Amino acid sequence: MKPSSPNPIDLAPASPNEDEMYYLNMGPQHPSMHGVLRLLLKLQGEEIVTAEPIIGYAHRAHEKMAENRSYIMFLPNTSRVDYLSGMIYNLAYCEAMEKILDIEVPERAQYIRTIANELNRISSHLLWFGTFLLDLGGVTPFLYCFDDREEILETLDRVTGSRLTYSYGRFGGVTMDVDDEFLAAVRAVVKRIRERIPMYLSLVYDNVIFRERCEGVGVMKGDVLRKYGITGPPLRAAGIAYDVRRAEPYGIYDRFDFEIPTRTVGDCMARFEVRVDEMEQSCRIIDQAIEGLPEGPIMPGRMKKRFKPPKGEFYFAVESARGHFGMYIVSDGTDNPSRIKLRTPSFSNLSSMPEVLRGTFVADTIAIVGSIDVVMPEIDR
Amino acid sequence: MPKTLAEMLGSPVLAVATGLGGVMGLLSFNALFCIYLERKISAWIQRRMGPMEVGFHGMLQTVADMIKLLGKQLITPKGIDKPLYHLAPLVVFAPVVAGTSLMAFSGSIALHHIDLGLVLVFMFGGFAVLGIFMAGWGSNNKYALLGAMRSVAQNISYEIPLLLSALSVVLVTTSLGRTVTVGDETVAVQGLNLFHITMVQMDRNVWFLVLQPVAAILFFISVLAETNRAPFDIPEAESELVAGFHTEYSGMRFALFFFGEYSNMLIGCMVATTLFLGGWSGPLLPGPVWFFLKSYALMALMMWIRWTYPRLRFDQLMRFCWMVMIPLSIVNLLVTAFFLKVF
Repeated sequence: MKPSSPNPIDLAPASPNEDEMYYLNMGPQHPSMHGVLRLLLKLQGEEIVTAEPIIGYAHRAHEKMAENRSYIMFLPNTSRVDYLSGMIYNLAYCEAMEKILDIEVPERAQYIRTIANELNRISSHLLWFGTFLLDLGGVTPFLYCFDDREEILETLDRVTGSRLTYSYGRFGGVTMDVDDEFLAAVRAVVKRIRERIPMYLSLVYDNVIFRERCEGVGVMKGDVLRKYGITGPPLRAAGIAYDVRRAEPYGIYDRFDFEIPTRTVGDCMARFEVRVDEMEQSCRIIDQAIEGLPEGPIMPGRMKKRFKPPKGEFYFAVESARGHFGMYIVSDGTDNPSRIKLRTPSFSNLSSMPEVLRGTFVADTIAIVGSIDVVMPEIDR
Repeated sequence: MPKTLAEMLGSPVLAVATGLGGVMGLLSFNALFCIYLERKISAWIQRRMGPMEVGFHGMLQTVADMIKLLGKQLITPKGIDKPLYHLAPLVVFAPVVAGTSLMAFSGSIALHHIDLGLVLVFMFGGFAVLGIFMAGWGSNNKYALLGAMRSVAQNISYEIPLLLSALSVVLVTTSLGRTVTVGDETVAVQGLNLFHITMVQMDRNVWFLVLQPVAAILFFISVLAETNRAPFDIPEAESELVAGFHTEYSGMRFALFFFGEYSNMLIGCMVATTLFLGGWSGPLLPGPVWFFLKSYALMALMMWIRWTYPRLRFDQLMRFCWMVMIPLSIVNLLVTAFFLKVF
């Protein structure tokens, strides 16, 4: 297998001498393993011979929990699957259940959900931006990003009552209506993000060190994408404009005018650019959603306490901040799900690591794992 | 000529005691002050307040931290190479004291007055890498070992442009000022004497930064790399190697490494000040004040760089050294030699 990084040092290729190889356990307690990822690296000097991601250190058995509680009781679990974009996962579950139960969601709730989703997506990308630069050794952007992310969290807190694990959705709508104050805050946040993105870019984008570290590093293209089912920004960075919001529009995403940013190279730099562009696109969606926000109810009348979906198997997918997030719900006709399987994007994206990391350096490992934006609790569930 | 401390005090023993005390005091103050400065500068760059609680604007924060470090348990990991592990912090720290004592702080008084001062400073500077390697090798930790390996390769490589760029200044000093007149005294210049290098700049009323701008930049970059400062801080790259060579050190042992790092930075900046910024020369204020002002301005620049740039990858760092720094410094040296011969 060819090294995936096209620019290893211009030295003779390392001879495959087993005696000179050693194992390095990176993680689960390591400053840049994004929580509790453990990478078992077989190294020759600093060059990676094999890399094996070992997961399960943040396993909380969310899927099992689903089996011993009712559908509505599983709702708070969903936003804890991925604590960085909890809103998207939470609302995905609501939308899946609404499809299954055939509940009509009021227009206003749909728009509010879109705003909340996209705000959460921006906050997740902002956090990624900061931690990615932190992985590369630049500490300062991290604090700038957290400053902005704080604004978003506070805005969402205003309407959802929490900062990370929102549980904002209900089957049929959302818990709380938005007011003018919230909308003004959202407008201010969007304005601020739009002003700050050029500043972030001028801070890092043209920096020669940053470019050296990202360009041509960790290329994920063609076969790798297909074999491991890679979705989200890593997929779009390789030139494939797949976004669930466009491919199979859910909610009211078909009403908005937005682009799917793509790049063709598929390296860390491309993934970086795609995410930065996505923040701008999310801002566009929020603008349009605020514009079109209709008056009306946020729940379709009085809802039942118990839901009994028909017998069968259902699959529903959304575009999370990290890629294609799918929920596979098996119902046996009672008010407890028989099985809920979560298809989380980070899991698939991380699975490609043994292949992508081969032949790169320890320092690249950090950059590559950072650039695919893994969230360990989402992988372990 | 500056008087040495022994001449001033009339007793070598007293001079050694005073000198050692002074240098230790300076270095301790430097470490405390620099940690505070670093935290404040990083805070300002990151739109934070930095330490604010202990003392006025957090000025005593590092003192409190030192007391905390003193009280901490010294954890000794299993399977270490005992002599290397225990000696390493001292090997990093001791040469720093010797190096500092050679500095030309002012024109009137000196701890030593050595004609090979510059060579000695670089020699003591070269010890740091030995200590780092001992720490990494002795710690029985793969991260520490990786950090040590990186450090050795990096420090040895960057010593070449460091010395070559200093050498082009030495060429100029020996040629420009075979004798310099300071006050009513005429001195024959020794090119490697730190005092003489400053005196030539004073005599000619020009900083070598102006005469040797390329060498100045190369020297500063090399100092950054030699002291393991960002963007060349790969031996202790925390996002890759946890803490690099000092991963397994705790308490005061760790503090000694920290101490050594900041002292090495100070020495690097003091040598850079002597070579390129005219040493203690300056109007109105007394010599040492100018000397430290210039040195700490360079320190602040180093901190500014650290909190602005991401980190280089190891092979890029080496390539930068061998493909850019070393050829440039050789060309600079040759051009300097050519011009001095012709004109």
